[in-house]
Amino acid sequence: MESLSGRKKVLEQKPMNFWERIYLPAIFRGMGITFMHMFKKKETTFYPEQEREFSENWRGMHSLKRDENGKERCTACGLCALSCPAEAITMISAEREKGEEHLYREEKYAAVYEINMLRCIFCGLCEEACPKEAIYLDGPIVPADYLRKDFIYGKDKLVEMPISELEALKGATV
Amino acid sequence: MSLFYLVAFLSILFSLLVIFTKNPVYSVLYLIATFFTFTIHYILLNAQFLAVVNFIVYMGAIMVLFLFVLMLMNLNKETEPMKSNVLKIVGVIAGGTLLVTLIGAIKAMQTTAVSTTTNTQIGLVGNLGKVLFSEFLLPFEISSILLLSAMVGAVLLAKKDKRTQNG
Amino acid sequence: MEIAFLVEKLLLVTILFVATLTVAAYSTYAERKVAAFLQDRVGPNRAGPFGLLQPLADGGKMFFKEEIIPSGSNKWLFIAGPSLALLVSFLGTAVIPFGQNIELFGRVIPLQVTDINVGILYIFGVVSLGVYGIMIGGWASNNKYSLMGAIRGASQNISYEIAMGLSIIALLLVSNTLSFKELAEQQHGWHWNIIYQPLGFLIFLVCAFAETNRMPFDLPECETELIGGYNTEYSAFKMGAYMFAEYINMFVSSAVMVTIYFGGYNYPGMDLVNGALGATWGPLVGVAVMFLKIFAFIFFFMWVRWTVPRFRYDQLMDLGWKVLIPLAIANIVITAIVITVVDKL
Repeated sequence: MESLSGRKKVLEQKPMNFWERIYLPAIFRGMGITFMHMFKKKETTFYPEQEREFSENWRGMHSLKRDENGKERCTACGLCALSCPAEAITMISAEREKGEEHLYREEKYAAVYEINMLRCIFCGLCEEACPKEAIYLDGPIVPADYLRKDFIYGKDKLVEMPISELEALKGATV
Repeated sequence: MSLFYLVAFLSILFSLLVIFTKNPVYSVLYLIATFFTFTIHYILLNAQFLAVVNFIVYMGAIMVLFLFVLMLMNLNKETEPMKSNVLKIVGVIAGGTLLVTLIGAIKAMQTTAVSTTTNTQIGLVGNLGKVLFSEFLLPFEISSILLLSAMVGAVLLAKKDKRTQNG
Repeated sequence: MEIAFLVEKLLLVTILFVATLTVAAYSTYAERKVAAFLQDRVGPNRAGPFGLLQPLADGGKMFFKEEIIPSGSNKWLFIAGPSLALLVSFLGTAVIPFGQNIELFGRVIPLQVTDINVGILYIFGVVSLGVYGIMIGGWASNNKYSLMGAIRGASQNISYEIAMGLSIIALLLVSNTLSFKELAEQQHGWHWNIIYQPLGFLIFLVCAFAETNRMPFDLPECETELIGGYNTEYSAFKMGAYMFAEYINMFVSSAVMVTIYFGGYNYPGMDLVNGALGATWGPLVGVAVMFLKIFAFIFFFMWVRWTVPRFRYDQLMDLGWKVLIPLAIANIVITAIVITVVDKL
């Protein structure tokens, strides 16, 4: 049949000549190639000691952000849960009481915010849906665990550390 | 001498087991053991070459082929065909005749004094080769022609028929 | 039979046994290291310095894994298979001379367990028995893949045994002896048989790969087609036994090739060294040379494994029957003619 694109290449299968048929020259050439590889640079990254850098558009574990005053940004609008194709996010909203203004930025906040890491496909749609810039997938790899229930991450694991604690931690380590 | 009796006992035991086991694969395995005891017999007779050849050819090649075929046939108790009584009777008669013939032959055989040779090197490769290629040259060559013809026949049987193949 | 003789042989057997085990264990480590280096990786390096304790870790793992015997299998033969494979693989070392006679405590000790005068045929017989372990294990597993692997193993071994035997016959025409000791002594200095039998060596080498079920010919355990071939159903130490048997086979066939084609413990200038070091240390240098050659061959086995892809089954049979056997016969004829002509001159 005529090739429509005109780029069709007909593969020509010639019968093997004598040197090809006795295999040996090809085998020796191959062995030469593999032998040269013994002296090449090793590509191994020694993982626990040495970590490879993530790429810029890497999407890892979620974190719920705080604003510059250390207040939680999330307002429990539920857009992330709605946008989630894997139905991994659930939340229960609550109203901000008097005296809690330093904790939550808006009048409504997420009392419970859970992501099921087994369901999550790390597509980043929650990040895009969030109107408050409260959720980002900027964390590391989600660690392995033994039980299914341990993969449901609550606010204790998701919310960013308050700035004061972070600084205290830094002070302790320095 | 006691070693001889032990090995002889084992060879008879294994050869009986070859017959009495139901599973044909076990039969072949016992046959291998029997051949192994034969190898030991040859070594006891200082016939090293025969021993090793028995080891290679019978245990290493022929029995492998036997086992090969039996494994492919998937013979177990369920698929074993029922043997009719006629067959059993025929078998008994044939076996009995063989036994009678053997007994007659042994009775007719004159027991001469065991011939002993002072040459213990008679079973070694060099001596055997010299005898084989001088005194017994004709039988040796004829048997090799026999094997060759058998091989040619096998190749002919296995060869593809070009006409039916390409059709 | 004096006591000293028995003690001497017992010691030799023990040393040989331990050495074989050690070489086989470290072959598994070397295999992984060589594979890694050929693929720009570093290989096992966590257990001990440079991962040198890896064989121990592997052995421990094998011991503590769950032993599974399939319910449909033939239990006795299922256990007999790997045992036989391991047993038979050890037998080969008995006739290989690892060095010249050595003088120790005023006694001359041959570094060979036994010098039977049909040594080569003995090795040949032991090799041909090796296939039983695979066959019995594969059949007893009661698994189609295992059976296929077993049958492949059997037909492959029988096919390549013929070419192997024929290539040895050409060698025997040159050497006129079946004893390993004499073979090794004939190759004193640099008179290695490889010079007289290059084609025979090539055929023998290819057959050795096939007989040990190593890579270009490892169709009995071909993962892509047969999952694991004859050892599909095996786990824990029985699986380890098969693996170990393969590495011991590799060691033995390397030793055989070194002895009959590459001069065994001989090396150029050995008379000078022996003269300088005396009858105790001189032969030990020979032993070291022998092991060096064996290790080179084991490395070659691995190098080929990680370079050459697996043959297709019909290619394997074609190579065995249509190429190697005629080639080996031609080799015999040529060798015989050359020897006759040289003798007449």
